[in-house]
Amino acid sequence: MMVRIFTIFALFLASTPAFAVNPDEVLSDPVLEVRARSISQNLRCLVCQNQSIDDSDADLAKDLRVLVRERLVVGDSDDEVINFVVDRYGDFVLLKPPFKGVTYALWFGPIFIFLITVFTGYRMLRRRKSEIAEQDETLTVKEKKELNSMHKEALN
Amino acid sequence: MSTENAISHATDVQQTHHEKNGKAVYVIPIFFFGIIAIAFAIGLTLNPRELPSVLIGKPVPAFNLPPVEGRKLGLSSSDFEGKVSLVNVFASWCAECRAEHPILMELGAMNIVPIHGLNYKDKPVDAKNWLDGLGDPYTRTGADRDGRVAIDWGVYGVPETFLVNRKGEIVFKHIGAITWKVFEEQIRPLIEELQKTSAN
Repeated sequence: MMVRIFTIFALFLASTPAFAVNPDEVLSDPVLEVRARSISQNLRCLVCQNQSIDDSDADLAKDLRVLVRERLVVGDSDDEVINFVVDRYGDFVLLKPPFKGVTYALWFGPIFIFLITVFTGYRMLRRRKSEIAEQDETLTVKEKKELNSMHKEALN
Repeated sequence: MSTENAISHATDVQQTHHEKNGKAVYVIPIFFFGIIAIAFAIGLTLNPRELPSVLIGKPVPAFNLPPVEGRKLGLSSSDFEGKVSLVNVFASWCAECRAEHPILMELGAMNIVPIHGLNYKDKPVDAKNWLDGLGDPYTRTGADRDGRVAIDWGVYGVPETFLVNRKGEIVFKHIGAITWKVFEEQIRPLIEELQKTSAN
């Protein structure tokens, strides 16, 4: 039994992730192929939208993978290849949005919200602290004693 | 001051202090919730497949395609000059294209603008059979067998329809099947405007 379970897990380890890139697409030059892979991992497949063209089995993704490789073979730089695709499909194809005017909210939003949280948290803590301090001030030991004696008087 | 008064005064002060804080504490999250809810509500009504085309306002990409088999007029970038025209990207394997086909036939018969067909990644025989069997609404056709020209046009989902002005610039793009609603509300007003302005 144990051996069987162990074998199953060993088989899991042996499996490799399934790649969408077909063997016939792969370039013979390994350096170019590495560049092509890294470029296509950052380009969105517009048919499936939440996959990169490197992951996607969609027809258009395959065409774009081939296109990226063709441009690299011709001698384009990485940026030139990316701009080629962006010129046709817009910034949306970039899985990592570019840093520019319209995307400032995207980049600064989280920092802004974090700062608000820290500021609000700090203020709340300070307020609570001063409240506690206030409460301490309202009744000193002497006052408590007085109050106790008053209560006693009243009860008597 | 009597002791009772003193005590009740102290609790009064505390209560008003708490109420003031309490209100702000409740209002701020509701305020942010409201903003996020509105943003999400707007987001839900949008179609995530409809992306703004970067090619709007730009000249049509340079290309030159042979016609679909059995037709004489191919499609190239020089065919757009001087006339407002529609470019419809279609394929025989695309179900939505079949749905919009009768509308294209009627639009073609209305003779408002020439409609050009960009046949996307189709087998020549399939494209020919499609047009022969269902009818051919197109003035010109371009057979884009490997889909490269369509990539230059920023096509990512057939059917797509582009409106091109007399200068050969892309003015409008619709993704998905054209409906009468889309035509009457968005495309027809644009066509009329373009035909008027570029006439003089």
